[in-house]
Amino acid sequence: MDIQIEKLTKTYGPQKAVNDISFDVKTGEVLGFLGPNGAGKSTTMKMITGYIGIEKGDIRIGGKSVTDPESNFKQHIGYLPENNPLYLDMPIIDYLEFCAALQGVEKANIKDRIREMIGLCGLNREKHKKIGELSKGYRQRVGLAQAMIHDPEILILDEPTTGLDPNQIIEIRKLIRDLGKEKTVILSTHILPEVEATCDRILIINRGSIVANGTPETLRKQAQGNEVLKVRIEDAKAETIAKALSDLDTVQDVDLIEREENLFEVQSIAQQSSKRNIFKLCVDKKWVLTELTPLETKLEDIFRNLTVN
Amino acid sequence: MHTIWTIAKRELATFFDSLIAYIILVLFLGFSGFFTWLYGNDVFLVGQANLRVFFNIASWSLFFFIPAITMKMLAEERKTGTLELLLTKSVSDRQVILGKFLGSILLVCIALAATLPYVITVSNIGNLDNGGTICGYLGLLLLSMAYTAIGIFASSITTNQIVAFMTTLFIGLFFHIIFGVLAHNFTGSLGQFFDTLDLQSHFESVSRGVLDSKDLVYFFSITVLGLYLGEWSLSKRHIS
Repeated sequence: MDIQIEKLTKTYGPQKAVNDISFDVKTGEVLGFLGPNGAGKSTTMKMITGYIGIEKGDIRIGGKSVTDPESNFKQHIGYLPENNPLYLDMPIIDYLEFCAALQGVEKANIKDRIREMIGLCGLNREKHKKIGELSKGYRQRVGLAQAMIHDPEILILDEPTTGLDPNQIIEIRKLIRDLGKEKTVILSTHILPEVEATCDRILIINRGSIVANGTPETLRKQAQGNEVLKVRIEDAKAETIAKALSDLDTVQDVDLIEREENLFEVQSIAQQSSKRNIFKLCVDKKWVLTELTPLETKLEDIFRNLTVN
Repeated sequence: MHTIWTIAKRELATFFDSLIAYIILVLFLGFSGFFTWLYGNDVFLVGQANLRVFFNIASWSLFFFIPAITMKMLAEERKTGTLELLLTKSVSDRQVILGKFLGSILLVCIALAATLPYVITVSNIGNLDNGGTICGYLGLLLLSMAYTAIGIFASSITTNQIVAFMTTLFIGLFFHIIFGVLAHNFTGSLGQFFDTLDLQSHFESVSRGVLDSKDLVYFFSITVLGLYLGEWSLSKRHIS
């Protein structure tokens, strides 16, 4: 099921929490929702899930507007809210049964679905406990289990891996990736490597507006501009090498980083790569090339550039 | 209907899981039993085989216990954030309100059913008026419905259970006492007006065995109004 968001706006008092944002998410896509605290991520998610009303604009789920009283869009959505609120005094199985019944799972299938979710989320050892007796990581698993109990076509996860240990994080990321092959997933997070590990597409929002939208690679390319190479060449004086490097056609700028080790940072001119030229130069001069590393802009840098005001 | 029943069942299960139900049942039975059998204007003093005393005491017990039942229904869900999770399931605001209402009414029904031994005892002492007894219970049920609806509304406007409890008592106080007092103090149409609003007089007329449509309309109006306001208060999240 596709989600289409058109010119969505929401104001809290004088402040625009979400300001005229539009984007699409298609089936089989995992969309990573990034942004600093208070950027409007959770507000957008709350509007998609129907918890708060839409002020301006429209959200269409599977082609039907959520404002249409006929559309039972909530049945197609599995939602894990921020901070994972749960009924702490309920036993896990009763809680999952309650969620399944509310989401319209047929009575005959409820037991099977619960068993499947308990297996999938690794709750087997804890399944007879009350939710309040569980540690934070296990509560997070219960939160995921209730979101997926009715096998929804859309999953909306607000910071799904908070409170999990590194092993669990890897498991959950794998789970999200697998689910993302058939379903539509939107997840928000602060953890940038998580986005790279799980998402097909990244959406960065800041102060209620979209500031970047694309795959991790395209974002990186956009932010990076010219190619930057870290180069180490031995068997000659640093100055000689620097001179030779800057004489190459494709090189725009050469920085000597460490004189002792002959380490340079070579920036190419726009749209060009100097890798081959550097190698040829070394062959011609009989120098030894011991390092040639392209420097990538990290997602952290992109994020900072776009969201620090 | 299925959804409402699912929510009601969960509410009821939560009451019994968290001991609240047992405490309320014991206190309700103890309180009404003490005044019916042992103290003051009790059955033996009246010397008649009827349960008037009990119905009167029970109306007061319910006046105090219903706010305790309803106070956490929405206030706590709002505070812990589970309300968001509940309302993003495939349920409407109305179904949530009605489910919670049904859940607490069921608990009240269990409490009332637990007083049946009183009926059996009194009917063994003398000749009990069955119709009157049934009407008495009906009166208690109607009164509970009105106070539960008020309680659910009060619980929907706050995140603090104590505030919800006090608000329910405060609103309830008007219906239970203040309108009655005002009705006595004013004459003419104003007095009539307050008398119409007074819950005690409607309750007494039902529990005396007079089933007047006026009384039914009165109780159902308060119930519907309370639940409607509760739903309205939930839906306010869409605007702000």
